[in-house]
Amino acid sequence: MKHNIVIIGAGPSGIEAAHCLAVSGEHVTVFEKMEDPLENLRNKAFLFPDFTSASELTETFRTKLQHPYITYRGGTSITDMERMDGRWVLTTDRGEKIDTDDVILATGYRPFDASRKEELGYGIYNGVVTSLDMEKMLLRGRVVNSIGDLPSRVAFLQCVGSRDSKVGNNYCSKVCCITAAKQAVEVKKLLPEAEVFIFYMDLRMWGQGFEEIYRSSQQDYGIRYIRGRISEAAGTFDGKVQIKAEDTLTGLPMKMSTDLLVLMVGMEPSEGTRMLAGRCGICGEYGFARSENRHLYDNVTSREGLYLCGSCKRPMCLEDVISDARSAAMELLKSR
Amino acid sequence: MPEFGFSISKGRTIDFDLLDSARTAALEGDDSGLIKCMDCGTCTATCSAGAFSDFSIRKIHTMFRRGQYDGVAEALSKCMLCGKCTLVCPRSVNLRHAIIRMRQTLRTSVPDDDDLRHYLNVL
Ligand code: SF4
Ligand code: SF4
Ligand code: SF4
Repeated sequence: MKHNIVIIGAGPSGIEAAHCLAVSGEHVTVFEKMEDPLENLRNKAFLFPDFTSASELTETFRTKLQHPYITYRGGTSITDMERMDGRWVLTTDRGEKIDTDDVILATGYRPFDASRKEELGYGIYNGVVTSLDMEKMLLRGRVVNSIGDLPSRVAFLQCVGSRDSKVGNNYCSKVCCITAAKQAVEVKKLLPEAEVFIFYMDLRMWGQGFEEIYRSSQQDYGIRYIRGRISEAAGTFDGKVQIKAEDTLTGLPMKMSTDLLVLMVGMEPSEGTRMLAGRCGICGEYGFARSENRHLYDNVTSREGLYLCGSCKRPMCLEDVISDARSAAMELLKSR
Repeated sequence: MPEFGFSISKGRTIDFDLLDSARTAALEGDDSGLIKCMDCGTCTATCSAGAFSDFSIRKIHTMFRRGQYDGVAEALSKCMLCGKCTLVCPRSVNLRHAIIRMRQTLRTSVPDDDDLRHYLNVL
């Protein structure tokens, strides 16, 4: 079986790259380990910075994936790949061998597993949830505490699994600051009576429109920001969560009980990213895939015919991922 | 100069030019890694001594890093070296070790207080 181009991963980056190549007349096969594409995006409610509904985007990507030049192979993992006689030979989990000229790795990220920070009580106390759980609640339009009631206080904690040498991730995950501000606003829209706090170490509102969401979250929604990292969370008898932090701007230790503690989990390389980058010898820092050069050759690798796009390289936001996918498609076409 | 009835209170301004940070420099090549601190306050939040007094270890070691030593030795004497702060630090600062080193560095500077000197000397 011959394929010209194989893309591994059917998230936004894989689909966007496939679609760019398809409209340029190339035949592309997209492999995805899950049956259904866009797993991470499907669990999102609204997107920063403009609160677009994520389902709109999901639909657009689904349509793109239906291009006649794209063959979609859902529920199929690539378990190995190697370079042989100037071509890539991929092995699927069904033992099939796929022979192709070029491969684009779009294997993406996985969210940090919050239960690794045991002191924060995820998986132990029901009032402790992750940003993903919160997003699912927002998707359903109903935010509830551990006993199914409407919360009167919600506290977000930034940098969970990021900027933390104790879990081996010294890097910043880039998207969680703005995500917390966005989710805080959405919580406030649903529950105008609730008090909403964000515990942060630094607020990284780097993108267009981000600072405005931050300002509006204070001005229009009364979100309160506390500069301090939460050291531990404990359950209380009435199903709340008690947290400890230092309010570093006043220099005093503080305690707070809250109905919900939302852990803003960071981005780690997905299993597929780790494994395939390792197999191809392009494993970079923290298990992300390494491009040839961050400035000029960010979609090519040290291996011929192997391209990268999206968050398999580093934490990225959706806008960046989509542009990066287009640029990967362009790099590939240039080499033809 | 006309009198406006108010003046800038000098005592509240930290005059960086007048600070003598020699003792801070003594901790710089030190293996506790205190210079990596990002002032997140997790150490203060978890501190056993801070729960019972107005002691904030983060504030104290920040003062030390800035070269402001007033009251730092006295404050450090409240630490019971339980090491919890070291366990939680996201920058992997060995704070317990840094506290011992700060005490050692400061003990020569508290000549008039035998109790405190004794306490700082114990370690
Ligand atoms: S984006 Fe913000 S919350 Fe996320 S790791 Fe960076 S500083 Fe922390
Ligand atoms: S926990 Fe570590 S990084 Fe945070 S303030 Fe304390 S010493 Fe600094
Ligand atoms: S070692 Fe000292 S500063 Fe650190 S937690 Fe224990 S008492 Fe607090």
